[in-house]
Amino acid sequence: MIGRHKHCIALEDFSREEILEVIDLAVSMKEVLQRPIKKVPSLRGKMVVNLFFEASTRTRSSFETAAKILSADALNWTSSSSSVTKGETLVDTAKNLEAMRPDVLVIRHSAGGAPRLVAEHVGCSVVSAGDGAHEHPSQGLLDCFTLREKLGTLEGKTVAIVGDVSHSRVARSDLHAFPKLGAKVRLCGPPTMMPAGVERLGATVHTDLREAVDGADAVIMLRIQHERIGDPLIPGTREYSKVWGLNAKKAADWLKPSCVILHPGPINRGVELSPEVADGPRSVILDQVQNGVAVRMAILYLLAGGAGEEARA
Amino acid sequence: MSDVLFIEGGRVIDPAGGVDGVRTVVIRDGKVAEVAERVERPRDARVLDARNRWVTPGFVDLHVHLREPGQEYKETVATGARAAVAGGFTAVCAMPNTKPVNDCAAVTELVLARAAAAGLARVYPVGAISKGSGGEELAEYGELKASGCVALSDDGRPVMSSALMRRALEYARAFGLPLTVHEEDLHLVGKGVMHEGAAATRLGLKGIPSQAEDVMVLRDIALVELTGGRLHVAHVSTAGAVRAIREAKRRGLPVTGEVTPHHLALTDDDVAASGYSTDFKMNPPLRSADDVRACREGLADGTLDAIATDHAPHSAVEKDVEFDAAANGIVGLETAFSVCLGLVREGALTERRLVEALTAGPARVFGLPAGTLARGAAADVAVLDAAAEWTLDPARLQSKGRNTPWKGRRLAGRCTHTIVGGRIVHEEGKADR
Ligand SMILES: [Zn+2]
Ligand SMILES: [Zn+2]
Repeated sequence: MIGRHKHCIALEDFSREEILEVIDLAVSMKEVLQRPIKKVPSLRGKMVVNLFFEASTRTRSSFETAAKILSADALNWTSSSSSVTKGETLVDTAKNLEAMRPDVLVIRHSAGGAPRLVAEHVGCSVVSAGDGAHEHPSQGLLDCFTLREKLGTLEGKTVAIVGDVSHSRVARSDLHAFPKLGAKVRLCGPPTMMPAGVERLGATVHTDLREAVDGADAVIMLRIQHERIGDPLIPGTREYSKVWGLNAKKAADWLKPSCVILHPGPINRGVELSPEVADGPRSVILDQVQNGVAVRMAILYLLAGGAGEEARA
Repeated sequence: MSDVLFIEGGRVIDPAGGVDGVRTVVIRDGKVAEVAERVERPRDARVLDARNRWVTPGFVDLHVHLREPGQEYKETVATGARAAVAGGFTAVCAMPNTKPVNDCAAVTELVLARAAAAGLARVYPVGAISKGSGGEELAEYGELKASGCVALSDDGRPVMSSALMRRALEYARAFGLPLTVHEEDLHLVGKGVMHEGAAATRLGLKGIPSQAEDVMVLRDIALVELTGGRLHVAHVSTAGAVRAIREAKRRGLPVTGEVTPHHLALTDDDVAASGYSTDFKMNPPLRSADDVRACREGLADGTLDAIATDHAPHSAVEKDVEFDAAANGIVGLETAFSVCLGLVREGALTERRLVEALTAGPARVFGLPAGTLARGAAADVAVLDAAAEWTLDPARLQSKGRNTPWKGRRLAGRCTHTIVGGRIVHEEGKADR
């Protein structure tokens, strides 16, 4: 259990305390990662099934690594969303996998709400590894963890999120989590990539990058996902990188010295970030990757570990 | 048994006849013989005690999907007609998007034969605007009219070609058939699955702007001006469409509109609150609070002529899936009166206007011989208990569809008796399984 939750589906539903519960535990999980022998028996005999309808090597490996360090058995089940059109529905698939008696089902799906639908039909815990353009809660939690690690606290801080907000589940999760920890959120990008009514979720919206990053404590550069853009939202990556990309000069001139740069990865080098910035001293992108494993260990532990067991008994 | 039925003691609300008060309705040989305050009752007359009830003309629904032929697992003409009379509807217009599409006499005749066999609500088929509703060639309106169609529609999809729409409006004039149109610009809709706004953004679902409807309504009003054809806008859901229809009417154009109970009662925030429940997925989608307000005003002031359910039964196969993948539509025949009575209680609608929008209003739009208790009219009557309170149990619906956003909700008012052609075809409690 994470707070009141049996599942980890959306940070919108999580309270400040519930978010802190995960990232506090992630601190000790990260210590495990630093050890020479990265293995603890916490989840021995537990099974984690990774059900990925959308390819994502990074997120899947991160969950798989987290499960293995905790000694859980991790099973990967990959499918294309098109299996739905072949007649087997998402609910069928989830029920079939449930018959293997997993403790946690980690699901990535191209449709918003898919993990919630699965959670309604299975008895085990469900963790969303990203659903459509809805949320990516473990990514949101690792961003919270990384920012707290780098900034000390999120209280009173300002975070700018730049790029294709409308397709970004990372942005949705961050947008729900950061204000709960006391940070202000600015969103920036071309108007064609800004979802309708997003101000109602409590962020300010900017089209000018300089204005958005001015005085910010952290900047999260989103990936421009060509493959998911059906409509002509931007004229091309050339203009995008000029107007909304961050290169060394802009970073030096516009960002305050302590400002850190995050990116959910994988980076389109030269589009949203120039290589010097991506690999530069402000970048905490590799910390994010390691923190991602720690946060996912915390999530799996909380849902399948001691507390989860009691809850099921 | 006598073929005389006395409906006594009820509050008769017949906006077409200007009646609102306690009256006795006398039915003889399937027709309304008399509506009067005091009538001598012959000894052998059957009596329906309607004290504390409303007695209104049977409801007329301009927009239902009965799924037969082709998708009988979702609904048949008979189950749809059973649902209709359970909701107080004595006449329903069946949209042509069956499999095959109703674009020829054979399909129209099949629907009419099934309806006659069921012997419940009257079913008026609507023929297709284009062959197969493919949007390319005109269907044969002469044959459709001759075999019993009362209007034309490619419902389920818009007529995207302005040129075809122009010809359809022109050609239909020869047969006096109105076009009832599903208005959405598919280019603006894109992959949208719900109303575009903060709720869609929260859910991470692709949005459909209100303007996808507005631009098509404005286009078709312009084409009415060009052609003189009769345009009826189905399931109006946006403030912009209401404004456009109001303006067209003011200019005297033959344009009418209908609105569904769900677009009057629910918003896109309800979709978000439901947590991706596909019982809240329909087309057009549930809109913003401003759009809902405009639709309510449009109905109250007569801009919108009728309440129509867009009754769209689906099975769990189409609905128990991801929101993106789910079929559009909800069942509506058995909840329409209750949902709209809720609007009366909120002060958005008067009782008289509610009854009018369910009876005389729709009858006028398609020129149907219905919607009134005038002497000599067919005795199609609804008896309603406006004070009733009930909880919607989907398993008790007469429709095969279970897809309704009012699952488990408390509802106000229900139909206790429905009479078609003088015959009681629904009596509360009797049909319950
Ligand atoms: Zn439609
Ligand atoms: Zn329809």
